[in-house]
Amino acid sequence: MSAVSQGTAVSTGRFTRVLIHVTLLVFALFYLLPLVVMLINSVKPLGEITGGNMMALPKVWTIQPWLEAWSTAQIGVQPTGLRPYFINSIEMVVPAVAISTLMGALNGYVLTKWRFRGDTVLFGLMLFSCFIPFQIVLIPMARLLGLMGLAGTVPGLIFVHVVYGLGFTTLYFRNYYAAFPTELVRAAQIDGAGFFRIFTRILLPLSGPIIVVTVIWQFTNIWNDFLFGSSFSGQASQPMTVALNNLVQSSTGVKAYNVHFAGAILAALPTLFVYIVSGRFFVRGLMAGSVKG
Amino acid sequence: MARETALDLRTRLQEWIPKLVLAPSVAVMLVFVYGFILFTAFLSFTDSKILPSYGLVGWHNYWRLFQLPTWSLAIENLAIFAALYIVICSVIGLTLAILLDQKIRGEGMLRPIYLYPMALSFIVTGTAWKWLLDPGIGIEHTLHLWGWTSFHFAWIKESDFAIYTVVIAAVWQTSGFVMAMFLAGLRGIDNEILKAAQMDGASNWNLYRRIIIPQLRPAFLSAFVILAHLAVKSYDLVVALTGGGPGRATELPATFMYSYTFTRNEMGVGAASAVIMLMTIAAIMVPYLYAELKEPK
Amino acid sequence: MRGYLGKTLTIAAMLAMSAGIARADGSVEVLHWWTSGGEAAALNVLKQDLQKEGIGWKDMPVAGGGGEQAMTVLRARVTAGDPPTAVQMLGYDIQDWAKQGVLANLDDIAAKDGWDKVVPAALQKFSKYDGHWIAVPVDVHSTNWVWANKKLLDSLGIAQPKTWDDFVAALQKVKDAGKIPLAMGGQPWQEATMFDGVVLSVGGPDFYKKAFIDLDPAALGGPQMVEAFKRMDQLKGFVDPNFSGRDWNLATAMVIKGDAAFQMMGDWAKGEFLRANMKPGVDFMCFRTPGTDGDVTFNSDQFVMFKVGKDQQAAQNAMAEAVMSPSFQSSFNVVKGSVPARTDVPDTAFDDCGKMAMAQLKQANDKGTLLGSMAHGHANPAAVKNAIYDVVTANFNGDYDAERAAKELVKAVALAQ
Repeated sequence: MSAVSQGTAVSTGRFTRVLIHVTLLVFALFYLLPLVVMLINSVKPLGEITGGNMMALPKVWTIQPWLEAWSTAQIGVQPTGLRPYFINSIEMVVPAVAISTLMGALNGYVLTKWRFRGDTVLFGLMLFSCFIPFQIVLIPMARLLGLMGLAGTVPGLIFVHVVYGLGFTTLYFRNYYAAFPTELVRAAQIDGAGFFRIFTRILLPLSGPIIVVTVIWQFTNIWNDFLFGSSFSGQASQPMTVALNNLVQSSTGVKAYNVHFAGAILAALPTLFVYIVSGRFFVRGLMAGSVKG
Repeated sequence: MARETALDLRTRLQEWIPKLVLAPSVAVMLVFVYGFILFTAFLSFTDSKILPSYGLVGWHNYWRLFQLPTWSLAIENLAIFAALYIVICSVIGLTLAILLDQKIRGEGMLRPIYLYPMALSFIVTGTAWKWLLDPGIGIEHTLHLWGWTSFHFAWIKESDFAIYTVVIAAVWQTSGFVMAMFLAGLRGIDNEILKAAQMDGASNWNLYRRIIIPQLRPAFLSAFVILAHLAVKSYDLVVALTGGGPGRATELPATFMYSYTFTRNEMGVGAASAVIMLMTIAAIMVPYLYAELKEPK
Repeated sequence: MRGYLGKTLTIAAMLAMSAGIARADGSVEVLHWWTSGGEAAALNVLKQDLQKEGIGWKDMPVAGGGGEQAMTVLRARVTAGDPPTAVQMLGYDIQDWAKQGVLANLDDIAAKDGWDKVVPAALQKFSKYDGHWIAVPVDVHSTNWVWANKKLLDSLGIAQPKTWDDFVAALQKVKDAGKIPLAMGGQPWQEATMFDGVVLSVGGPDFYKKAFIDLDPAALGGPQMVEAFKRMDQLKGFVDPNFSGRDWNLATAMVIKGDAAFQMMGDWAKGEFLRANMKPGVDFMCFRTPGTDGDVTFNSDQFVMFKVGKDQQAAQNAMAEAVMSPSFQSSFNVVKGSVPARTDVPDTAFDDCGKMAMAQLKQANDKGTLLGSMAHGHANPAAVKNAIYDVVTANFNGDYDAERAAKELVKAVALAQ
């Protein structure tokens, strides 16, 4: 194994490498373009936006929109900014992501290493369940949450997000574990290791990259969900997206675009944080791995 | 003997544990997904307006659905949108993953840049895209200012082309995530095989075509399901970018279903459209899943 | 499973549950979509008024699409058996919810405070169901307005157009001068808002009523409707090529900057002018869509009261009274750009456009030409309204010519009923 621990063993020539870097940078620019638009407009006074070139750099730089979006913008009748809603979202997102990821990992493990009659059909059913349109879920779900006494509560929201995240988390882990050598599991079984022991000692340590993908997916989806967040939350548990939506949507009011952009970036910070932190596991999952030599 | 039965019990328990672990997920899915689908199918035969009501009206809602010009347009748009979106995202995602897997020094920096679009709520990002694509203020305007006055890019204002701008924004949003999925897959491939093949003198191109990409088959399945699901559910994107316009030119089934169920107070028609959607998805997905999940014998 | 329950049973269960859910004493939970700066601040006045009486305010704001999101949330809340105390609502939605039997009865305070006399009859049509008060109106907006940049018009020597032909001539003059005649945002609701004024200008209040309120197919597909669509085509010729998808306030900004001369938009546009430090009559002009003087197409935000437990009724009633108090009606509507929902509020706090609007409202109320706005759900139910949107936007974007549009309108409306 070479000194560089990540990346493929396929080697390439110097010219190709330059080409690769250029391509990667061009794509990076494409991805960054809208963010640049949002950033430059979030530090402009509103008059410059509506009155001038929206693509131009600000003539007057101001961080006022950021402060406003964070702590003084009108979200409801009170000018609270987005600040109080962050904690609501985190209370909901962290358990929902943890539970659905863990269940997905276990499901994937069962479906690939403990096969039984009909498991493929079950997996197919779970996959298809990803496609259920959320608008048909809303009314019956509200009814059942009401009956369970979970309407308008954080546990209710967590429950909903776990239910509709399971299909995806199972999919990710099942497809990742499918490529994992079953012989290792059988050998451990012969050594007397049980169901959970094999999972925690053999599969889990090698699941870094897929845990990253799953957590990114779940965290992003749940953090950015609006429909469930607005419908199933109470007045004290409204998540951040509802607040952001209240900040930016107004049919007949003044639209402060600079504050909107600042708010959108603020609202995305936790997700970005997760991306950057979890990125390390892409590498770590590999370093610990015996799969890749 | 006692010892034997204890052992027996232990093995039997071991046999049951996997099923017990899977059971809650299956139960929840049966009630909250398939139960709700049945409920919706039932609603599509009722006179439900603002809330569910239970007066049966037969096929009336379906009959009305197919009289609506917007519905056939929405289906047509979905076909264009989904095909382009899935293909372009997969190609870009796979390309970026392969390139990023070449021991790139800046990987730690580039990965979040490719991924971040997913983090932003499209309610607001849509505005940024709308401006970029707007010929009066966005890219076209800027290039004109820079002297390239013949540049013309006004798809978002043209009924026949606006759907392609939705594709651009959608690809921007999720191709980075597809890249991450493929990257996870690539990182799971055994390098020994690659080294052996390289020794045998296989070219890089052949290496990827013959050995690496075929191994990514499960990752392709994940990517396809995720992208297909996102294509079918694309809602925010359209609402923020074009609002379904110009006119109704970029209406998709998701926006159609939402608007009939919740804004137009025609829950019956909304349910009928959801049923048709699910049946269409099933018609496409079931054969694909069958082929993909069939036991390799 | 829910599907086997009868409707009455469901509602009974909901009510039982809503009564069972414990709430803090003396507070109201309010679902609304007034979240943008001025509106939300105006509503805060109501919150403070109630606090003085010792009533708490639980805020449940859900913005988006002119209340569409809030209505979705409301469905979930009612289905879960936990409806809010009061919900902001528009037009026919109120009646649709009333049919579900989930609303409270405000007859006692209505009688005590004499609402029947001070609230315009056209508004009462929405605030009452089956003869009982179920909602309190907060404001009256109207949609048949034209806003204009006065300096630009003066420089081009254009006076305020009185008739439709004047208006078209004025637009042409602006076009010849190389400016954008009509600032427009190409979103279905904006096009429909314009259509309100145009239909009224073609056929007057009687035709408007026949077409949009009675949904008479003869009117919907008749020659006057064809004429209305022709006028829309005419107006289309005066908008800039980039109109589609534009937010209404960016269109207003074009008028403010002097890039465009006119905008046809509801009276919420006034706020944008005032915020840009422009004065009515000096920097900008407000006038009714030419040919519709004396008629008003309105939409009115109302707080609809849901059935709540006995312990909450006092707070709910107090809120209803506070909303209807003349002082709140005045202070709220000054900020909002609309006019009070009762005709006995003094106009001293309002600017010139507001004073004019109040006088016209009164006059239209007396004449019986105060008409619900089609574009904003006050002429017909949501299904029909959106069906009309479909046709109007198809016409405005060039898919249907005027004759075809009138035919499609009859078909679409019939299908939506």
